[in-house]
Amino acid sequence: MSTEDQIEDINALEQKFQARIDAEQKIEPKDWMPDAYRKNLIRQISQHAHSEVIGMQPEGNWITRAPSLRRKAVLLAKVQDEAGHGLYLYSATETLGISRAELIAALQDGSAKYASIFNYPTQTWGDVGAIGWLVDGAAICNQVSLQRTSYGPYARGMIRICKEESFHQRQGYQIMIELAHGTPEQKQMAQDSLNRFYWPSLMMFGPHDSESAHSARSMQWKIKRETNDDLRQKFIDQTVPQIEYLGLEHPDKDLKWNEERGHYDSGEIDWEEFQNVINGNGHCNRQRIQHHVKAHEEGAWVRDAQNAYDQKRRARKASTAA
Amino acid sequence: MSLEHLELFEVFVRSARGLDHKHAGSLHAADHEQALEYARDCYTRRSEGVSIWVVKSRDICASQEDDSDSFFDPSDDKPYRHATYFPLPKEVGNM
Repeated sequence: MSTEDQIEDINALEQKFQARIDAEQKIEPKDWMPDAYRKNLIRQISQHAHSEVIGMQPEGNWITRAPSLRRKAVLLAKVQDEAGHGLYLYSATETLGISRAELIAALQDGSAKYASIFNYPTQTWGDVGAIGWLVDGAAICNQVSLQRTSYGPYARGMIRICKEESFHQRQGYQIMIELAHGTPEQKQMAQDSLNRFYWPSLMMFGPHDSESAHSARSMQWKIKRETNDDLRQKFIDQTVPQIEYLGLEHPDKDLKWNEERGHYDSGEIDWEEFQNVINGNGHCNRQRIQHHVKAHEEGAWVRDAQNAYDQKRRARKASTAA
Repeated sequence: MSLEHLELFEVFVRSARGLDHKHAGSLHAADHEQALEYARDCYTRRSEGVSIWVVKSRDICASQEDDSDSFFDPSDDKPYRHATYFPLPKEVGNM
């Protein structure tokens, strides 16, 4: 086949691919897809998986110090869910033809990113409440929208994850209710956590649409279904009555209801902080990756033991079969 | 003459793009290719599907229903894994 024929072939395949997406049909692992679509998905889904896994660290920090046995059991169940979400998403990424080991290596050498929110430290029990309520709340906004993403395995993973996330947000909000309606010191702790986690939660939606590097093509391919700014607006709007109910002060002093738009207008995000944290200079960036590497290396004996056990079992099976 | 060399296959059908494959039933076939064709003829005669998976029944490892009480026991005493365990004041909307 000549080069022109090959190019024509690819053009035809790409048209068919885009037509399928335009018709709201899912793309499945064995379908033809453009290389850039595959790469884009690997980047986005693995970044999502890494976020679930790294996100276990700031919360895991409080498991041994949860204020009651019930709180401890709830937090354990939540962190366990995050590990499960990481697993669903790594598996979905692997359907695109990349191995788990490659994905983990990319996280550990810094070439793959994770949500920058997890580079903030959890200093108080209030932070555990704020993370469940705000961080998981922002993640849910994004994930609800991703239930309609064009890649089948990712969409189905999102449906499962969204079902489980609702518990995460509610347990966080309940921590906030108890603190905010407790003693003055507890209320102050809730306010402090809200103040520290509100803005980084807004940053989770990424840069403004006009600045977003991956947005336009991701929208055309329906990997993303709603823009960063639209999702952020949804989150800002839904959070206002939640802060009011807690009786806490809203951290955004420029927040104002805009009758004409039917939405809240809000103050500007500190994008310099956002860039700093993304580029590795947040409070905990190094610590998070170092801890992941350490846990991975210290877990080598578990993998060795599993391999040895599997070999032994295979040998036993072979000898009984003989 | 019997057909003892045929194997049992389990058939999974995806009814529309984007949905999960669901177990539809089983059939006898000599190999995977034949199982796919038989599955098409048996289980999708009325356009029930857009994709079929076939798996040898003996390759399926299943949990035992008789043991399900102890097998699933670890999640029975953790009601807090459900969102409804945490009541929400109506002022704050859905979560």
